Amino acid sequence: MPKQSIFDKIWDRHVIAGEMGGDQLLYIDLHVIHEVTSPQAFFGLRQAGRKVRRPELTFGTVDHNSPTVDIFNIRDAISKKQIETFTKNVADFGIEAALNGSEGQGICHMVAPETGRTQPGKTIVCGDSHTATNGAFGAIAFGIGTSEVEHVLATQTLWQKKPKVMKVEFQGIPQKGVYSKDFILGLIAKYGVDAGVGYAVEYTGEAISALSMEERMTICNMSIEFGAKIGLMNPDEKTYAYVSGRPHAPVDFDVAVQDWESLKSDEDAVYDKVLALNVSELSPMVTWGTNPAMGVSVDMAFPEIKDVNDERAYQYMSLSPGQSAADIPLGYVFIGSCTNARLNDLEEAAKFLEGKKVAAHITGIVVPGSRGVKRAAEAKGIDRIFKEAGFEWREPGCSACLGMNPDQVPANTHCASTSNRNFEGRQGNLARTHLCSPAMAAAAAVHGKFVDVRELA
Amino acid sequence: MEKFTKYVGTTVPLVNANIDTDQIIPKQFLKAIDKSGFGKNLFYEWRYVGNDYEPNPGFILNNPVYKDAGILVTGENFGCGSSREHAAWALQDYGFKVIIAGSYSDIFYNNALKNGLLPIVQPQQVRNILFNLSPDEKITVDLPSQTIEVAGAAFPFEINASFKHKLLNGLDDIGITLAFEEQIAKFEQHTIPKYLKKA
Repeated sequence: MPKQSIFDKIWDRHVIAGEMGGDQLLYIDLHVIHEVTSPQAFFGLRQAGRKVRRPELTFGTVDHNSPTVDIFNIRDAISKKQIETFTKNVADFGIEAALNGSEGQGICHMVAPETGRTQPGKTIVCGDSHTATNGAFGAIAFGIGTSEVEHVLATQTLWQKKPKVMKVEFQGIPQKGVYSKDFILGLIAKYGVDAGVGYAVEYTGEAISALSMEERMTICNMSIEFGAKIGLMNPDEKTYAYVSGRPHAPVDFDVAVQDWESLKSDEDAVYDKVLALNVSELSPMVTWGTNPAMGVSVDMAFPEIKDVNDERAYQYMSLSPGQSAADIPLGYVFIGSCTNARLNDLEEAAKFLEGKKVAAHITGIVVPGSRGVKRAAEAKGIDRIFKEAGFEWREPGCSACLGMNPDQVPANTHCASTSNRNFEGRQGNLARTHLCSPAMAAAAAVHGKFVDVRELA
Repeated sequence: MEKFTKYVGTTVPLVNANIDTDQIIPKQFLKAIDKSGFGKNLFYEWRYVGNDYEPNPGFILNNPVYKDAGILVTGENFGCGSSREHAAWALQDYGFKVIIAGSYSDIFYNNALKNGLLPIVQPQQVRNILFNLSPDEKITVDLPSQTIEVAGAAFPFEINASFKHKLLNGLDDIGITLAFEEQIAKFEQHTIPKYLKKA
């Protein structure tokens, strides 16, 4: 038996039909659905008179459209109809869901782990490209389109061609003020937004082992920004401790752990590509352009224009080569999204806000990723720190990460954002997004511009 | 899914790399609950100025000479970002039948194929020829022979055999998979770890 990576092992045990090298039929252990990418799938099922094959392996959340101020008052008629359609669909097909305003509500990639549904060894899909977040637990998790959502609903399977496998080794110990968000932004800046296309990426190394589960999720979350639809990590004691005791954790937990241990990558597993990055050399990262690879260290000058893409990005962002992060005229700070809105993210940001005030020209909003996170933060008094500093403390949802709801960054405004995409118009028409860690975003809110958190830490 | 065998038509070049699905179809149009009518909003931010669908004269799709182009020729990593299948629906509803790019994001590539929109990969030198075609020059995309014919030259392209079979026959994936019911049921019974099954 050739030595295998965790990806190979999980893949192999889910193949129902098909030959290596071609399309293979994979069994799907968990299907998470949300209101935006599922309506046409349910329409297709109804049209063909089909049922959901395994409703109990399907779980619904409402997140993209949720207003974060007055969560039950959805003023946008089309958003309202999409949420109502979802509510009816899950009821008609017998699917459990954390509906808008419910206790369990939150961003899909936050709620699946919180409920214990996300576990090592599972295949997990969702009609959302940030599904790889779940890969932090040692699962094969990836985003799919609506045709594939319909296919999984009807058959609990998917046809997929096995991707190549890449190992990314994070070595070293980061400086204080450098976070897992900087690991992934640093990786993408170094290798590009398409370096992971065609690969499943296994993140490994001492720097990953040292991270908490929450911090690991931030890295797997942004696999798609590296070009890879799948990103995963080997499970360890931290993984098992996180899953243990949650409502959907296996009852035979010890049996499960024994099985999960066997899934870890063999020591001399074979990879199609191997990259390494020493995190001790990383600085806090800030993006200057319109894709996530257009990022630099906070203390470095923005690069020269090398092609039409750079030229267009500088024009859109109204910035120039040679400037640096401190020169960005910020007007908005967004702390939220499936990348960085877990409890540890809010705690870390709050450290830079305690006893301080948000600069007068900055609008700051903080949006916990789930109601669970919101409640936990409130129990610890973290909401108070944000509110006293001048941040708005909101209801959970996707919020200004993509602005499908009322939360949008105003046109031509520069926003320090803990989210995952700085695309043109992503956070609002003509909005200018700068991706960074929660600590960098919080410190920027106080100082009114980007500052190096290593000097504050 | 619509069948695809051969398409003869003109091209339009959009030379940028990393065109993301937020540009192809922005978020405000994802609230629909059906699959139709997305073409009008394709490349909305680039294609229009203001909020009333006033065409941006600087954007290539608004140039009347490209009005009937059914083949989009573009850069690397096309369709990166969000998994929204609305991007494929919008390209198709607008009238595109074929995309020719340097590479694609994995999710977009699958989404295109599921809808009978043919995503072809070509190297830079071939795309340079295509970028410079006159707007009325027709090219032929032939799926059975896996070739693009341009002014007497033929360039081969790759496609996975099962995708090709589904496109040529307009086959619905779910219909195919339901024929595997016995294997799926057997898998559920014997292969799924017991600890994952509720008592």
